[in-house]
Amino acid sequence: MNNLNLVLPEIFISLSVMFLLILGVFKKDSSQLTFNLSLVTILVAIILTVNETFSVNRITIFNDSVVIDRMASLMKIITLIGGFLVLGISSNYLKTFKIFKIEYPILILSSVLGMMIMISSNDLMVFYMGLELQSLALYVLATFNRDQLKSSEAGLKYFVLSALSSGLLLYGCSLIYGFSGSTNFDVIANQLSSNEYALTFGIIFILVGLAFKISAVPFHMWAPDVYEGSPTTVTLFFTMVPKIAALTVFIRFLYVPFLNLIDQWQMIIVFLSIASMIFGAIAAIGQINIKRLVAYSSIGHIGYTLAGLATGSNDGIQSSIIYISIYVVMNLALFSCLLMLRRNDQYYEDIDDLSGLSKNHPLLSLSLLIILFSLAGIPPLAGFFAKFYVFKAVIEQSMYFLAIVGLLSTVIAAFYYLRIIKIIYFDKEKEKYDSDHGLWLKFSLTFSTILILLYFIFPSQLIEVVSRIIII
Amino acid sequence: MNFPILSSLILLPIVGALFLFFTKDKDGNNLTAKYVALFTTIVNFFISIYLWISFDQTTSSFQFVEERIWIKDFINYKVGVDGISILFILLTTFITPLCIVSVNNTVKNRLRDFLIAILIMESFMIGVFCALDLVVFYLFFEAGLIPMFLIIGIWGGPKRVYSAFKFFLYTLLGSVLMLVAIISIYWISGTTDVIALYELGIDAKYQNLLWLAFFSSFAVKTPMWPVHTWLPDAHVEAPTAGSVLLAAILLKMAGYGFIRFSLGLFPVASEVFTPLVYTLSVIAIIFTSFIALMQEDMKKLIAYSSVAHMGFVTLGIFTLQQQGIEGSIIQMLSHGLVSAALFLCVGVVYDRMHSRLIKSYGGIVTIIPKYSILFMLFTLAALGLPGTFGFVGEFLILMGAFKDNFLVAVIASFGVILGAAYMLWLYKRVVFGKLVNEDLKQMVDLNRSEYLILICLAAPTLFFGFYPEPLFNTIEVSVSDLINMHNLNIASK
Repeated sequence: MNNLNLVLPEIFISLSVMFLLILGVFKKDSSQLTFNLSLVTILVAIILTVNETFSVNRITIFNDSVVIDRMASLMKIITLIGGFLVLGISSNYLKTFKIFKIEYPILILSSVLGMMIMISSNDLMVFYMGLELQSLALYVLATFNRDQLKSSEAGLKYFVLSALSSGLLLYGCSLIYGFSGSTNFDVIANQLSSNEYALTFGIIFILVGLAFKISAVPFHMWAPDVYEGSPTTVTLFFTMVPKIAALTVFIRFLYVPFLNLIDQWQMIIVFLSIASMIFGAIAAIGQINIKRLVAYSSIGHIGYTLAGLATGSNDGIQSSIIYISIYVVMNLALFSCLLMLRRNDQYYEDIDDLSGLSKNHPLLSLSLLIILFSLAGIPPLAGFFAKFYVFKAVIEQSMYFLAIVGLLSTVIAAFYYLRIIKIIYFDKEKEKYDSDHGLWLKFSLTFSTILILLYFIFPSQLIEVVSRIIII
Repeated sequence: MNFPILSSLILLPIVGALFLFFTKDKDGNNLTAKYVALFTTIVNFFISIYLWISFDQTTSSFQFVEERIWIKDFINYKVGVDGISILFILLTTFITPLCIVSVNNTVKNRLRDFLIAILIMESFMIGVFCALDLVVFYLFFEAGLIPMFLIIGIWGGPKRVYSAFKFFLYTLLGSVLMLVAIISIYWISGTTDVIALYELGIDAKYQNLLWLAFFSSFAVKTPMWPVHTWLPDAHVEAPTAGSVLLAAILLKMAGYGFIRFSLGLFPVASEVFTPLVYTLSVIAIIFTSFIALMQEDMKKLIAYSSVAHMGFVTLGIFTLQQQGIEGSIIQMLSHGLVSAALFLCVGVVYDRMHSRLIKSYGGIVTIIPKYSILFMLFTLAALGLPGTFGFVGEFLILMGAFKDNFLVAVIASFGVILGAAYMLWLYKRVVFGKLVNEDLKQMVDLNRSEYLILICLAAPTLFFGFYPEPLFNTIEVSVSDLINMHNLNIASK
């Protein structure tokens, strides 16, 4: 137990969650205080993660059930930063809807905690625990605006379908345990005999569960409804943070215990990837609501991330990680813009509400232009490089079909991004929106847009960090 | 390391655009913005003139090369020029200031944003012509879509949205396959550095597919028949300055790409696919000339004539003869000047009458004589009259073609006749004939800025028509070395 410092961030967050709960219950009107303390908690957790784990190459603790490696620490940091920014942005939105309560930051904290456990898991049990912790928090978050019908509906839908997928996942875990005699990833890897069909079943069940969590086609049905119904800040959280954790588990699960069974799962991932890319691109075309559109576009982006995973190489894993990191930044930027569409305490989320935005809000429109072109993957913006690395890894493995389908679907996807740009720039203007935005919103928009725009000047930094992640 | 002259050429317009970004956007006549943009582009033009003067014409190796590590162990930012690319850079820096002067008369709203788009466009176009790394090339090549999409979409005509989308999606669709090819080249050869690839060569068994992937991108951009349909739409709807940029420079990116990449990197495949290119080029020349004859819209007519002219260019490039390739380069340059001028000419009458239909004009020669004379000059240059710039390129291309394939050359020669037919008929219907439309009498002749622009374009059109020597001196060594390298590669396979 002398490596306890490695899980210090997790310990710290869980203690804070308990403390904040007690504080919230016993002190009246403590929403603002809880909120600020949660921000501080995440900040401290980031510092702890950087300090304690960033230089660790690979250590397993707690009977090898938790692993701290380069991937874990990087993904944890991205998760924490994501959580931090989402929390920061949320306050004004929540206040508008009069749902600025102590539970919100606490739920965010606990789901972040769940994700960190997921990211570090090296054991099916630990993984499942983390997964459920984050899911439970997310169910509640989805219904957080409980007076609204859509929000409750979103939460309920998410709960039912997510519970189903968790069930499948658990069934897969039990199959794998039954046929390998262990729940530990490393042990499974060693005791694997590849001829066991039942083991393949186990893998498939778990993949289904995971595909559900990252909303890959054909397990995506919940995403549009939940994204649309949830409060916008929660949607932002949904599109960014859980995906990072789920992707990490995806990588760890496929590449640590089951790397030798790559023949069995590679086709599945390729299928998930292609289906998600094409479906995401086509289904988004007809959308009216921006949040629904983002849901479909995030399905598409997950497709690209999975394309990197399908390669079975370190380059592929790294490219997926780069993709998801850049994607998170783009999403943050997009939602910051969305949250700025406010007029008289009402938020607008239809695409038509963007009509002629460029006349009244030139700067906001310019950022949207950059973000959307980046999401479409047009150089020299960051989104292009994300796709570039993925396809570089894919083509390295001579998976030309995947690469060509993927790139063609970017052309289809470009259409709906262009449609939004058209509405912003070419159409008739509407009334002005409010321009007194909070500091958080302004900061996150500026920060992420500049990152997207200027990424091409220093592309090496991110690669250098990611290239230290070696799983195989 | 010397002064990074090419990077400063690329960066200067962006700096200008940034500066513009921080000026106030006033509606109406935003003179400050215009002067800033004009100043930037003129400085850029002088830098490129200096580049040309200090360019060593006796060698075919790349000059002013700059190399910086960009993505470690993967891509280097590498730029440089040889005899082929330097003239295109010159063309770009020459045309852009003229575009900005012409903006006066055409763009009414959001002038500042328009100028920013043009400046950024210029920097990307220069980047395309001096990139010496495939990924860097792709980056500039694709990035140009963004400003052009906005130029067509925001400042275009009534059907601008449709045209902008068509332009964007067509080009993007063509380009993604090129991206696959570029990445494949990286994995096959271990580098995307063009100079290194010239030396290494690419294994012949991969060349055909790679060539096709590059071709899909360049064919859309050229545009070749049957993927040319975006061009008339884009031209018709784009504002004059946009049409000029599109016709004069954007189309040349593809021709340049054919010479630099298709011929240079895939010699074996280029040989294999020559019949394909010949067929498409000849169809483009004849077919689009006929279509041009039938047009009622002036801009559309010129757009189709561009397709026909670019058909000559692709034909010339794949003759793989010294004359053919040199002719293609000259043809691209002359087309750059002449088509720009023709679009500006159409712009002039459009600004006055707000109609691009041929039938609404006629008999304007007595009303606006200065305009009619200049328009005449460019018409003659477009149909390739000896003594104009247009003649030199077309003649050399046909010469090269006769050497390589008699039948193709004969058919292509008919294109010259058709070209004369539609251009002269256009001129006749617009300028001569009876003055039917009474409104035309209100037209005023060229104002000072229009006059200046057209004279600026007329001077080189005539000068290089009589004395193209300086251009040949610049490209000769590069082209002959390209052909030698090509023949060497073919012989060794």
